[in-house]
Parts: sequence; C-alpha cells; structure tokens
Amino acid sequence: MPRWVLAFLGASLAAQIAGQAFRDAGSPAPADLPPAPGAPALRLASFGEAEAAARLAMVYLQSYPNPDYRRLVEWLDSILALDPRSQYPLFAAARVYAETAEPARARIALDFVEREFLRDPNRRWPWLAHAALLAKHRLKDLPLARRYAQALERHATAPGVPLWAKQMEIFILEDMNELEAARIIIGGLLQSGALSDPAELRFLKQRLEELEARLAKEKR
Amino acid sequence: MPAAILARSVLLEARRGGLPWLALGSVALALGLAAFVSQVALTESLALQAALVAAVLRACAVFLVAAQVTASTLRELQDKGLELMLSLPLSRTTQYLGRLAGFIACGAALALAFALPLLAWAPPPAVALWGASLAFEAALVAAAALFFAMTLGQFVPAIAATAGLYLLARSIGAIQAIGSGALADASLPARITQHAVDAVALVLPRLDALTRTAWLLYEPPAAGAYAAALASALLYILLLAAAGLFDFYRRSV
Repeated sequence: MPRWVLAFLGASLAAQIAGQAFRDAGSPAPADLPPAPGAPALRLASFGEAEAAARLAMVYLQSYPNPDYRRLVEWLDSILALDPRSQYPLFAAARVYAETAEPARARIALDFVEREFLRDPNRRWPWLAHAALLAKHRLKDLPLARRYAQALERHATAPGVPLWAKQMEIFILEDMNELEAARIIIGGLLQSGALSDPAELRFLKQRLEELEARLAKEKR
Repeated sequence: MPAAILARSVLLEARRGGLPWLALGSVALALGLAAFVSQVALTESLALQAALVAAVLRACAVFLVAAQVTASTLRELQDKGLELMLSLPLSRTTQYLGRLAGFIACGAALALAFALPLLAWAPPPAVALWGASLAFEAALVAAAALFFAMTLGQFVPAIAATAGLYLLARSIGAIQAIGSGALADASLPARITQHAVDAVALVLPRLDALTRTAWLLYEPPAAGAYAAALASALLYILLLAAAGLFDFYRRSV
C-alpha cells in the first residue's frame, strides 16, 4: 500500500475528530414548539408503533423548556390520542406544565387535565387529584379546586380508587399546607399501586424536596 | 427429504454469513437506545424501554430477514447456482418451497432471539404471543423478499419493493383512517381517492394487527383477534408463495 494512502487516512481521521472536538458543544437553543401534528398524522408516522411513538413524542416535547401552551395542549391531545392508555401526557400536564409560576398558563394545563380526566376517570384520577391541589395552593382558587374534587367524587368510582380520592372535597377543605397535602397524596398513590415507575418516584421525591425548601424559605 | 436439505442449507448459509452476530448487535442496539432514552423520561420509563426495545427489534428482524433473503437469493441467481439446482431431479415447487422454509425458519429463530430480552419487562405469556406473531411477520417478509428477489433479479429494486410493501402494509390502516375521517373531503376526486386506497388495502396484509407493543405494555390480545391476525398473515404468505411459484414456473433457464 502506498504510504500516501495511509497518511491520507490518518489525516482525514484526525481532521474529523478535531472538527467534532472543537465544534460548539452546547446544544442549540430550541426554537418555538412547532404546531402539533394531528393524531392521524402522528399515527401514520409511527408505522404501527403507537405506544413507542407516543412516549418518544413526550420526550421530544420535554426538550422545549418554555413552550407556547396552546400548542403544547394540541401536542398533548395528539399524543394521548395515539396511545390513550399512556399516563405520560397527563402526568406532564399536571406535574410539570401546570406547576408553572404563570397562572394563565397553569390554567390551560389544568383545563386539559380536567377535560381528559372525564374521558377515562378511573384511570386518570391521580392527575385531577393533583390538579385540585394545585388549584387550591398555587392558584388560590378554592372554587376550582372544589370543582375538580367534586368531579373526582362523581366520576372516579372504580374499586381501585382510594378513599381519600373519592372524598377529595373534604381533603381539599381541610386546613393543611401544600407540603402535607402533597405528602398524603403521594403516599396514597404509592399505597394504591398507582405509582411504581422508578423515574416518576425520582421526579416526585425531587419535587417534594423543592416544595419543602420553598415552604421553609417562605416561613423564614 | 430434498426440501428439508434445501432449508437446512439456507439456515447454514445464514449462520455462516454472520446473521447471529447481527442479531446480537440488534439486541445490544435496542437495549442501549432504550437505556439512553429512558434516562430522560419523567414517568413510564419502564414502559418506554419496553416499547422502544420491541419497536427496534421488530424493525431489525424485518430488515435482517429481508436483506438475508434478498442477498442469498440473488447470489444464487448470479452464481448460476440456481441453474445447477434445476438440473437436479427436483421439482421447482420443492426448490422454491424448500428455500422459503429455510428463510421462514431463519425468521423464527430471529423472532425467538428478539423476544427473549423482552422478558425483562413483560410477562412470559405476553412475550410468547408477541414472539410468535413476530415469527409470522418475519415469515411474511421472507416470502415477499423471496418473491421480489426472484422476480426483479436486482438487489436494490428487490429490497425497495419489499420495504415498500412492508411499510405500506404497516400504515394502510392509518391512511384509510385519514381518508375516511370526520374532516374528510366529500368531493368526487376525494371519494375516488378513498376508494383507490381501499382497493390497495384489499391486496395488502394488515401488519398493523401483528406483533403489537400494546400486548407487552397493557394486556395480551383477545384470542379471536390474535388468531385472526395470524391467519391473515398465513394467508398472505400462501399468496406470496403461490405468486413466486407462478413466476418460477414461467421462468426459462
């Protein structure tokens, strides 16, 4: 083999590695969340792997730190239509997007949770329970929290739904702070078996710690 | 039994050609990808892993079977091995079906190898149903790839035709749903297009009913629906085998 071939190979490999190493490593700032594809288009693109596509789409959605909430809800609608039994879109709406500091945006996410809860209450009750908590403690909107609690009592009637969720209105009206209520809800979810995913447990533990730190700061 | 000997030679060729290593690589790829993506999931991380591993392995099984069948058949054609085989006192039916049986066995072995990792996420009965369905799907792809390789005689057209048939069959249900949805146009051209899509669907297998990830994540399929999906795949395999035989008997050597 001529030496120049070896040298050419070595030089091109070195140039490739150098080019990649000195490339701007920071990920580009994500652009605005694009308009949501319709559920049929998403189904077509999934080539029959709706369950995997729905969860991958949720991971994709998470990469937008500050999305337009109208578009976000359209995305969540499409993803939920792709796999209606997935809890991910409702989890994200209730636990991530509704916990924003902007009340108007939080209400958009909570509306989505309430609307979708009514379509499958016995499976989706944990998210409306959390929505009721957010409405009371974050939005300070007791009528809204009671409306969610009443919807839970009326529609979540399966035997697997814990008693505290079936009596959510009493729970909402009790004089306890957000941390105590969150602890009771998460404990109840663990006990009922509705909460078992390791990633979700990690996430909720982190959220409880953040909540604890925030409340301690407010007290000081 | 000549057909069994032919089938065995196909399996031997696959083993010596490195198919087991490619299968192992596919499993490693699927597990690695699932582990990576599930790190960023906030919930349903186990379901995401299972769904991703199942989807990637299903795609790998189909690709490996299609590539193996096409490459092996075309090499046989180009090396004049087929002419040699035809000079033996074996009927063309025995030759074609023996080869197809070998490829189907190859697909079944891949389906078994790809179902085993899923036991980490789903109960054994669900995995068994998923694996058996994947074996049928791989058999259908093997029959399609053999048909197109024999008919078209070139690698790129044969693999493109097999992939086109497979992808269209996987998405025809969604295409029909789009065409007949609530917002569908009621004009004459739109209705003609819809009827054309329905006509195409008549000659395609319903692959979207086979090897469903939902069986692993939620609950196993109803016995009737499962049997109907497998029977439909079997029927299509028979159709492709009949079409392949028709073409093979027409061919002059």
